[in-house]
Amino acid sequence: MKHTVVALVEDKPGVLNRVASLFRRRGYNIDSLAVGTTHEIGVSRMTIVIEGNDNMVDQLEKQLYKLIEVIKVENFTSKNSIMRELALIKVKASSQNRREILEILEVFRAQAIDLSTASLVIQIVAHRDTIDALIENLDRFGILEMVRTGRIAMRRGYTTTTDDEDFNDEDTLRFNSQIGRLTNGNFPFVSD
Amino acid sequence: MIGADIVLESLKKAGVTTLFGYPGGVVLPLYDRFPYHKEIHHVLVRHEQAAGHAADAYARVSGKLGVALATSGPGATNLVTAIQNAMMDSVPTLFITGNVARNLIGKDGFQEADATGIFMPTVKHNYLVTRAEDLAPTFAEAIYIATSGRPGPVHIDIPKDVFLEDADFNWPKKIKLRGYKINNHVNQDRIIEAANIINASNKPIIFAGHGVIISETTALLSKLSEKADIPVISTLLGIGSLPTSHSRNYGWMGMHGAFHANIAASNADTIIALGMRMDDRALGRFDDLNRNAQIIHIDIDPAEHDKNIKATVPVVGNLSEVLPHLINKVDETNHAEWISWIEKIKADHSQSMSIPDSKNLTVQYVVSQIAKENEENELIVVTGVGQHQMWAAQHMNISKPRQLITSGGLGTMGFEVPAALGAQVANRDAFVWSICGDGGFQMTFQELATIVDEKLPIKFAIINNGYLGMVRQWQELFYKDNLVDVNMSQPDFIKIAEAYGIKGIEVTKKEEVSVAIKEANKINGPVLINFMVESGGNVFPMVPAGAALSETVESAEEL
Ligand SMILES: Cc1ncc(C[n+]2csc(CCOP(=O)(O)OP(=O)(O)O)c2C)c(N)n1
Ligand SMILES: [Mg+2]
Repeated sequence: MKHTVVALVEDKPGVLNRVASLFRRRGYNIDSLAVGTTHEIGVSRMTIVIEGNDNMVDQLEKQLYKLIEVIKVENFTSKNSIMRELALIKVKASSQNRREILEILEVFRAQAIDLSTASLVIQIVAHRDTIDALIENLDRFGILEMVRTGRIAMRRGYTTTTDDEDFNDEDTLRFNSQIGRLTNGNFPFVSD
Repeated sequence: MIGADIVLESLKKAGVTTLFGYPGGVVLPLYDRFPYHKEIHHVLVRHEQAAGHAADAYARVSGKLGVALATSGPGATNLVTAIQNAMMDSVPTLFITGNVARNLIGKDGFQEADATGIFMPTVKHNYLVTRAEDLAPTFAEAIYIATSGRPGPVHIDIPKDVFLEDADFNWPKKIKLRGYKINNHVNQDRIIEAANIINASNKPIIFAGHGVIISETTALLSKLSEKADIPVISTLLGIGSLPTSHSRNYGWMGMHGAFHANIAASNADTIIALGMRMDDRALGRFDDLNRNAQIIHIDIDPAEHDKNIKATVPVVGNLSEVLPHLINKVDETNHAEWISWIEKIKADHSQSMSIPDSKNLTVQYVVSQIAKENEENELIVVTGVGQHQMWAAQHMNISKPRQLITSGGLGTMGFEVPAALGAQVANRDAFVWSICGDGGFQMTFQELATIVDEKLPIKFAIINNGYLGMVRQWQELFYKDNLVDVNMSQPDFIKIAEAYGIKGIEVTKKEEVSVAIKEANKINGPVLINFMVESGGNVFPMVPAGAALSETVESAEEL
C-alpha cells in the first residue's frame, strides 16, 4: 500500500542528504519525494510517498524522528487531506487533432499552456490517479516529454500539521542529568 | 578570541578533561593553543582509529563524554570504524575533525575528504561549522546531543581558517532544538498494562541490556527483580548490570550465552526487555524467539520498538524514570516453580559453560584465573572480538556495571588495545586487563607506544591460539572443516613488548598462569603476557547463525 508522509524539517544544508540516506540505508522504497519551503522561516516541508505496510511506515516515522533536524512527522494516509501533483506534458499535436486534445484536457481540468505548430505543452494539477488517466488518454498522440513533481499534501479544514503541542517553539529542552552523562562541567541545561 | 580557543573553552565548559588525538595540517591552529589550555590533557595516539576507540572506552568506563580529534582527509577517514562502533553501542562521544579552509572546500584540495558526508550515516548527528561565532553554540548542542537521550557519537567538522577566525565566546544559556526532544513523560497507561501482564505471569523473565548500565539503573533492576521475583538474563553489553552473586542473575543470553538463559528466554510467558535493541546475536531467529510470550519492551529509543520484535507493550523512556513507576505497580510475589525449573536446567547443563578439566592451557582457564587473581582489585576487563571475547564474558565473573568493555554491536577486532588505553585513562587506579586476540592485537598494537608515553599500567593478556579462532570455529563447524586463511604466522610477541620497553612474559603451561598474573599485577607499569593456549577449542554453548535460542547446542556433535 502507498503511504503519504509529511515531514517538517530544519532548512539546513545536508537535511535532504540525511533523509535520503536514511531511506537508502533502511531499504525504504520511495515513490516520490517533494521538498519546498513553508511560511515559517527556517522550516522546509517534505512530502514522501512510500510503498510498504503499516509496520514499515511506523518504523519510517520513528527513524525520521531520530534525525535531529526533523521536527515533525505526520502520516497522511488515513487522514482527511488534499493530495496534489503537478505534471507538464509535451505532446505531439497537429492542427487536425488539436481540438480533440483540448477536449480531453477539459474533462481532466488540465490546461494547454504552450503551443507550437506540432506540439502542445499541457499542465495538470491533480491527484496522481487523475494524472495517470490523462497520460493514458494522451499516449496515442505521442508524448514527447513529461515531468512530474512528487505528491504534496495538506490537511483539510482549519487544523495544520504544525498544530500540535510537540511543535511548540517554546517547549523547553529539559536536560535530564540522569540521561545526560555529564557529571561535571558547567552545562547550559538544567534538570527539572 | 580565535576559533581554536573557542573550541577548547567549549570543551572545558562541558567538563572535558581528556582528548585523544592526532595532529595534521589543518588542526595545527588548534594544537598551537593547547599550551594555553592546560586543563585539557591531550593523549597523542599512534593512529586515529585508536583515538576513537580510546574515547569510546573512556566514555564507557567513566560515563562521561569521550572526545577524539583528527586532521582532515586520511585522519578523518581513519575514524570511521571507531565512530560506527560508538554508534552501535550507544556511547556518548564527540569526534572533532579539521577540514581544509573554507575557500578550498569542494575543490578536492590536498587532504580534503567529505568527512561530514562520510560520517553522516554513522553518527547521531554532525556539523560542518563555517563561522567561528557558531563554534560555541555548536559544541554545546553537539555535546548535549551526544550525552542525552540514547547517547551516541556526534561529529564536528571545522575548516582550518575557522580555527583562526576571531569571534566572541558565546556559550549559549539555553539551546533550542525543536527536532530533538527527550521524552521525560512516562505513559502511565502503558505502565499499568505492563504491570498487569507481569502480575498475571507465571514465568516472567527480564532481559537486561546496555541501557541498564548507561542509565545507571542497576539498583532499580535488582529491586524489580526481587520484588516480583523475576529472573534476569542480560545481553552481552548488559553483563555487569547485576552481580554474579545475585540470586536472580541467570547469566547472559545469545549466541554464546548460557544454555539455561537461552532456554529460559524461549520458555518464559512474559519478557520484560530493558534498554536493549532486540539484536539478532542476542535473540537468535526473531520469528522463533518465543511465540507465546507477551513482550514488554522499555527503551528510550522508540524506533527500537517493533523494529525486530513486535512488543505487546512498548514503553518509551529512560529506565531511571520508567522503572520506579513499574516497581510501584508490580505485586510482591514469588515464582518458585519457574525459578526451580530454570535452576534444574542450569544444573543439568552447566558442563558446556565450564572450565575444561584439561591438562592443556585452555582460554577458559586463563581468563578465569585472571578474574580470580583480581578478586580483591578494582578490575576492568577489556576484550577484542572472537573466541577470547566470548570466553572472557563467560568466565570472568563480571559483577559491576562498566566493568566489561567490549565491542558488542559492531564486533570490532582491534578494539582491545586502544580501548584499554581509554579505559585506563578514565580510571588510573583500576587494574585494566586487556584480553587480546592474537589476531586483533595485531590490528592496533601500535598503541603500546601511547600507553608507555602515558605511563599506563595496563596488563595485556594475549590469548595466543595461533588462529583467527572464531573464524576457524565457523569453518570447522559450518564449512566442513575447510580451514582457509585462519592460520596466521605470528610475530614474537615478547620481542614486540620489549621493543616498546614493556615487560613481556611467556606462559605455556597451566602452572605458570597465576604466577604470571600475580607478577604482572605487581609491576607498576604495562605488562604483556603471551598465553600460548591450546589452538583447537571451540566456544559453546552456541546458537548457530539463523537458529532460534531454543536450538542452542552444547557441543559440535549436536550440530
Ligand atoms: C575488524 C574486523 N575484521 C574481521 C572480523 C571478523 N572476525 C571476527 S572474530 C575473528 C577472529 C579473531 O581472531 P583473534 O583476534 O585471534 O581472536 P580469537 O577468536 O582467536 O580468540 C574475525 C576475523 C572482525 N570481527 N573485525
Ligand atoms: Mg586467535
